Amino acid sequence: MKKLIKYVISDILRNKIVIAYTIFLLLFSFGLFLVEEIPEKSLMSLLTLNLTLVPLVSVMFSTIYIYNSSEFIELLAAQPIKRNQLWLSLFLGLSFALSIAFFIGCGIPILIFSANGIGISMLITGIILSIIFVSISLFSSVYIKDKTKGIGASLLIWLFFTILFDGLVLFLLFQLLDYPLEKLIVVLSILNPVDLVRIVSLLQMDISALMGATTAVFKKSFSGNIGSLVTYGILLLWIIIPFFISMRKFNKKDL
Amino acid sequence: MIQFKNINKYFDKFHVLKNINLNFTENNIVALIGPNACGKTTLIKHLLGMVVANSGEILFNNKSIAKNWEYRNYIGYMPQIGRYPENMTVGQVIEMIEDLRSNTKQHLDKELYESYELKNILHKRMGTLSGGTRQKVSAYLAFLFSPQVLVLDEPTAGLDPLSALILKEKIKKEKENGKLVVITSHVLSELNDIVNEVVYMEEGTIIFEKSLEQLKADTGKLNLQEAIAHIMKEENLNY
Repeated sequence: MKKLIKYVISDILRNKIVIAYTIFLLLFSFGLFLVEEIPEKSLMSLLTLNLTLVPLVSVMFSTIYIYNSSEFIELLAAQPIKRNQLWLSLFLGLSFALSIAFFIGCGIPILIFSANGIGISMLITGIILSIIFVSISLFSSVYIKDKTKGIGASLLIWLFFTILFDGLVLFLLFQLLDYPLEKLIVVLSILNPVDLVRIVSLLQMDISALMGATTAVFKKSFSGNIGSLVTYGILLLWIIIPFFISMRKFNKKDL
Repeated sequence: MIQFKNINKYFDKFHVLKNINLNFTENNIVALIGPNACGKTTLIKHLLGMVVANSGEILFNNKSIAKNWEYRNYIGYMPQIGRYPENMTVGQVIEMIEDLRSNTKQHLDKELYESYELKNILHKRMGTLSGGTRQKVSAYLAFLFSPQVLVLDEPTAGLDPLSALILKEKIKKEKENGKLVVITSHVLSELNDIVNEVVYMEEGTIIFEKSLEQLKADTGKLNLQEAIAHIMKEENLNY
């Protein structure tokens, strides 16, 4: 198992995209911190990157990687190796590589310029988001046999969580303006890991007061010890559930 | 040693394997013969657990292979088209497989390493290899762990005559060591002097399973090629 993970990671690192991604993140974050005098402002901009680019790269890279590793998977499936372990190694390898890329790319600048609670929580949520989207990519690539369709599906999932979902929520809000919707919004945001991270980070930054009445409910639900425990719990579920569904499918899949 | 019991497999609605029952014992070289797309490779992939049957079970040394993986320690598999990670070198692939299987204390059989002179291509990337060279790597990996069972899917396709001969000699030698070898091939003349059991498949069903001697006697022909040709012709007449 350890050996397998080692081979997966060394294979990923041979791929220059992860290295390019790391360097891009590093330059971008350093740039942000150096241009702005107030680190909080840079963190705000970094959050946008965190919520769009990081999931996009995670989901696209992992999906393409899984399709391109079909040879690797086939070769190893004929060896005395458990299928479970093969899939888990791919997941851990991808998660590890992308988390390290994020840690070096964004984490180091954050730790240099803004090593406080907000910075640390941004670092942790960025890593969690990377892993969530690895898990989602495994889900779509195991169910869809065709590479192009699989990549398309991953892209759509990303688009849905980062853009379409918010649009739908807004639409719902305007339609049901006359009703008290706070609880519904809380439930809805659980259904989107990107939103969840956004809310948690904004609450941390204490600029939530600018956002009106619903945030009061958010604050009640998501901040405080129990609130953040619940939030991180939900984010973990976002990692575990897609991964386990994909693993169950992979165990029965014809290679 | 290996038993297939009522194996059925569908790819979507297409019934690929229809109620397959087979029994392979050690110290045998079994030829799996049939026209293209008759389910030979699918059957072999079932044995390796790469494809999962819709119904039926496969026993390896009397243990079901479903959800089992240890049995693959005793199988060497040479795929029809060796698919390897394109950007790994030959040396890295060999090293990786050796490393992953190193927990089993099997004797490493490096005979083909010498006879195929793999030393000269260790630094080449898998993606740049020709079909024949890939076959050599596949063959080496299949025999490397001296497994009890060798599963060779079209082993000589793409190999030059000399390399094919080396492989044939190796297969014979392994049989003398009491192993079970399962071969699929289209080149029947090549199988003639090595196999002793023949399984003939058509459209997902087994038409017959006989020893080579029996087959020759039944058809009155002198070698495998003619015997199979005879059977195929007879079937066409029946239609």
